[in-house]
Amino acid sequence: MTVTSVDKDFDDLTLTLIADFDASPEQVWELWADPRKLERWWGPPTHPATFERHDLSSAGGVSYYMTGPDGERYGGWWQVTAADPPKSLEFTDGFANDDGTPNPEMPTTEVRMQLTEHDGGTRMELRSVFGTREQMEQLAEMGMEEGLKQAVGQMDALLAA
Amino acid sequence: MLTYNQMVVDKLTDEAVDDLFHALADATRRDILRRSARDEPSVSRLAEAYPMSFAAVQKHVAVLERAGLVTKERRGREQIVRSDHDAVRRARLALDRLEAAWRGRVDRMSHLLEEISDPDDPRTGGRDR
Repeated sequence: MTVTSVDKDFDDLTLTLIADFDASPEQVWELWADPRKLERWWGPPTHPATFERHDLSSAGGVSYYMTGPDGERYGGWWQVTAADPPKSLEFTDGFANDDGTPNPEMPTTEVRMQLTEHDGGTRMELRSVFGTREQMEQLAEMGMEEGLKQAVGQMDALLAA
Repeated sequence: MLTYNQMVVDKLTDEAVDDLFHALADATRRDILRRSARDEPSVSRLAEAYPMSFAAVQKHVAVLERAGLVTKERRGREQIVRSDHDAVRRARLALDRLEAAWRGRVDRMSHLLEEISDPDDPRTGGRDR
């Protein structure tokens, strides 16, 4: 098993996941830093991601979209807040409009990723926090009144979050 | 083992999407969902609202329940239907989905690292999409 532990804090809306890889921190960092490698794992197999812009410097940003089985696209963006290769990366992950600009009405999650050497391999500690409880509830509520299409789209988006 | 786990995660996720899709694909079920979001109707009161049998309405409620959209609670002789408005349960749902997404990602990262370290291994080379 690669995932060593998972902790979910329902009060703080935080997921903390620890995974151990049989590779160096530099190799694991490359999976984040090389957009062609990132594309091979960010989206689920049914919704592969394409990264159009990918700059991990703290002034930079990332934009991507995921393509569903019927060709439908779900846009996303990262705002990088801190990057220290090959040790850590912090960013805000959000939804984008069709034209790639951030959609301010949709929820965001804060992601903090840290890599440390561990037992000859690399330990990745990942922390993901929903922006606010309101945003999380918005995610959970959406689709109730808006019918089938949007509900399923929301679910895809949640899976991508 | 990793491939197996990946399949399980994908399958669970697909099943959850299928359940939701199926639950919302029916006008009666969408109406039941709206009514249970407004107040807490009993199954028998819902059955009065539609030109169908109690058993048929009960079946619709069961589909919504399986998709995680409503919960059913026995109160005396009545079965009360509630749409899931409890914040903790919603947090659980959102975090469970997030966990499933990240478990899938970690498995794919692991595959990719295997492939990079041993590109000639036919067990890993080019298989992962």
